[in-house]
Amino acid sequence: MSKAREAKAAKIRQLMETEGDAVNTSTSGFNEGRYQAVQTLDDYEGLKAEARAIKEDAIERLPDLLDQLRETIEENGGTMYIADDAADANRYIREVCEDKDAERVVKSKSMTSEEIEVNDELEAADVDVVETDLGEWVLQVADEAPSHIVAPAIHKSREAIADLFNETFEPDEPLQTAEELTMFARQQLGELIEGADVGMTGANFITADTGTMALVTSEGNARKTAVVPDTHVAVAGVEKVVPAVEDLQPFIELIGKSGTGQNITSYISLLTPPVESPTVDFDDPDTPITENETDRDFHLVLIDNGRLDMRDDEQLRETLYCIRCSACSNVCANFQHVGGHAFGGETYSGGIGTGWEAGVEGLDSAAEFNDLCTGCSRCTTACPVNIDIPWINTVVRDRVNRGEVSEVDWLVDGLTPDEEPGGVSLQKRFFGNFETAAKVGSTFAPVSNWVTQTSVSRNLMERFLGIDARRELPSFQRETLKDWFDARDSHVQNPTRTAVLYPDVYTNHVQVERGKAAVRTLEALGVDVVVPDVRSSGRAPLSQGMIATAEDHAHDVYAGLAEYIDEGRDIVVIEPSDLAMFDNEYEKFLSEKSFQRLSDSSFEVMEYVFGLLENGAPTDALESTDSEEVAYHSHCQQRTLGLEGYTEAVLADLGYDVATSDVECCGMAGSFGYKSEYYELSMDVGSELQGQFQTDETRNRTVVASGTSCLEQLDSLLRRPSRHPVELIAPRR
Amino acid sequence: MSTGTVATFEDSLERLEVGWTHTSSGELSTVLREVCDDPAVGVELPYDGVELPPWVNTDPTPADLRAANVGITAAGIAIADYGSVVVQGTPDGVEPVSLFGDLHVAVLRKSDIVSGMPEAFEWLGEEFRTGHDSAIIATGPSATADMGALVKGAHGPKDVHVVILDE
Repeated sequence: MSKAREAKAAKIRQLMETEGDAVNTSTSGFNEGRYQAVQTLDDYEGLKAEARAIKEDAIERLPDLLDQLRETIEENGGTMYIADDAADANRYIREVCEDKDAERVVKSKSMTSEEIEVNDELEAADVDVVETDLGEWVLQVADEAPSHIVAPAIHKSREAIADLFNETFEPDEPLQTAEELTMFARQQLGELIEGADVGMTGANFITADTGTMALVTSEGNARKTAVVPDTHVAVAGVEKVVPAVEDLQPFIELIGKSGTGQNITSYISLLTPPVESPTVDFDDPDTPITENETDRDFHLVLIDNGRLDMRDDEQLRETLYCIRCSACSNVCANFQHVGGHAFGGETYSGGIGTGWEAGVEGLDSAAEFNDLCTGCSRCTTACPVNIDIPWINTVVRDRVNRGEVSEVDWLVDGLTPDEEPGGVSLQKRFFGNFETAAKVGSTFAPVSNWVTQTSVSRNLMERFLGIDARRELPSFQRETLKDWFDARDSHVQNPTRTAVLYPDVYTNHVQVERGKAAVRTLEALGVDVVVPDVRSSGRAPLSQGMIATAEDHAHDVYAGLAEYIDEGRDIVVIEPSDLAMFDNEYEKFLSEKSFQRLSDSSFEVMEYVFGLLENGAPTDALESTDSEEVAYHSHCQQRTLGLEGYTEAVLADLGYDVATSDVECCGMAGSFGYKSEYYELSMDVGSELQGQFQTDETRNRTVVASGTSCLEQLDSLLRRPSRHPVELIAPRR
Repeated sequence: MSTGTVATFEDSLERLEVGWTHTSSGELSTVLREVCDDPAVGVELPYDGVELPPWVNTDPTPADLRAANVGITAAGIAIADYGSVVVQGTPDGVEPVSLFGDLHVAVLRKSDIVSGMPEAFEWLGEEFRTGHDSAIIATGPSATADMGALVKGAHGPKDVHVVILDE
């Protein structure tokens, strides 16, 4: 393994060992909470659409809204400052503190202030800065960076926090329980807030009409920070502005549910500073608060720091819709296992972190962890503003690829059949051009399989391509699905429907049996099937960030299928990740009409079978059972598309007893699990699925899975073999 | 506001483990005495003919806030679906009084319970544009899970009690 890959693998291994368990417990809990909390909404999808529309409109009109907000804030008696970058913001905030002769600033949690690292600036100016959010305070005491945007210290267990506090503060009685630790922090921080000169908060949203800022919190520290001292500095990105107070409603309903799975956080502070509440001057403890000076000072510091350029960037713009809820981190199987310290750049971590880092820090920072997004798409439906996060990650990967300079460019350029510039790494090129490898593999099978299995080959593959030697390689079939299909008589009398079975790379070259089973199943149900010679969907290059190549595939696939669609044929797809391309990514590549036609005509194979059975096709044409017990793992992209239920329904209809896994992802996600730097993480993520299929209830069940990579991962996790569900129901002949 | 809205509000409070009492203006003092431990601080209620009892300190100093067991304030509205009370920031100190004690008692007219967040934001928008410039949507007590388990009363009140005035 190369040194860089080895170092990356070692870092991931170390984080899995030290922080993995604590991160997993919290993020999985938040994620589970989200599923339950959003069920309480009458119209979850409607609310998300509304939230997105508000953000789209606000970012579109941002310059005007900023002008309006400035007028409003000034009318209210506050000051608004737009800082170009971190240094500008820090200088302004330091000067405010110096004007007040501030000795201590108390701060409530704010990712934007983490982004500019304002604490360092203030501390250098001899201002004491105290984080009052309990999680942030733990990190301040431990001198560590946040590992999650909402719950910054989730990587630390209660025991670790107790040890930290006991060592640092040496309390009379050692602190132990969560209650004791919390009350200790409350006491310490309460005193520090009482003597503070300036309170600093972030802002989740700011309304242009009234200058009202919304702070989403649960502890009450933001309230104390804003109300106790007479000076309030709020720090936020320019993208936080929304037009009117009423626009806050969908966000307030979505943010807690999406993030920590709370129905709503304890406090939604809607402050229009300078606020009317009297200051609480603990230096003068005996004067009634109503007699205090009410002359409060308020500064809203809005930070550009790359955001206005992001607004002009067609691809990164969506990142500005992000409301920092953390749903994309919590739902992410990889994040659940390594947390933000592996999944983070300078400031932001998790799914949307790549977009933020690319926008505010630059590609170098984004590149560090961009690979950890496998494109599984589970975050797209978790996101309350419907941001296509995997697409942003793919775009950034593409830009990183293009920025890379490799010394072997001259060797590779021109030899690989892709549309990419020279910079793309050999590893990415190999996986991105898997279609070519598969064709060669099948042509020379079984010799190709035998050659690739030798230890010499495996060593070379690991060294030059970063393919982990511990991962079993796919076994190419000499007779492809297409060969088999062409050599047989497939005439169906009086067909009820006509269809194309899309021969994806794996079905055509490796998992040929599931393709045959699909053909037999469709024909048994009265469908006239053709298997044409169509190029691969482009999923493989897309996963490597090779967007130009993926787009090239998209045009070829559409050209190859359009005539069949014109004939009235349905497109039946076995591989869910390819169907997801047709239904999502192709929107970026094809004309709107072409995209719509292909998407509307395409069905997942079990979805299609479900439809045929619903429309009167005979169930007894398929293999039924008395009560065979099946353990079923759907596929991440298939679940995102809402299709797993069709497989369950068909199997149940045919008499199977189905137990379905509920892990977000198997950990394989295409090429990810083959890469030597990620192999162990992939297996760690997979261990959850393994656990679900090895309980007393499931360990003897027949294993079926929808996706290629899920099947490969299950085969490496379990002692018993796994198959595609269509192989279970296909008539045996 | 229908009976259904009140029942929904009560269900939400139940879920949040927040206590509530229905009472009349005349019986308010008795109810408060049962719910509150001394020392209590408060802000006079903006309802006609309703006053806080004399044992509630309605002109607290910072030292009183620090020592208070209970803070008693009015709530502008309550939101049935969420069990939230909306505490407005006023010059007489509703915000700090509701924040420093271990228990926050929110007094509310039954007619001020709205069903959901859309209704609440209609009200809030109007309030903000006509001068009442700050409000907290408070749902249950202060809480944190940052120390490894859910603990109530991280910085703010550990408990909340809602007193509903049935006019």
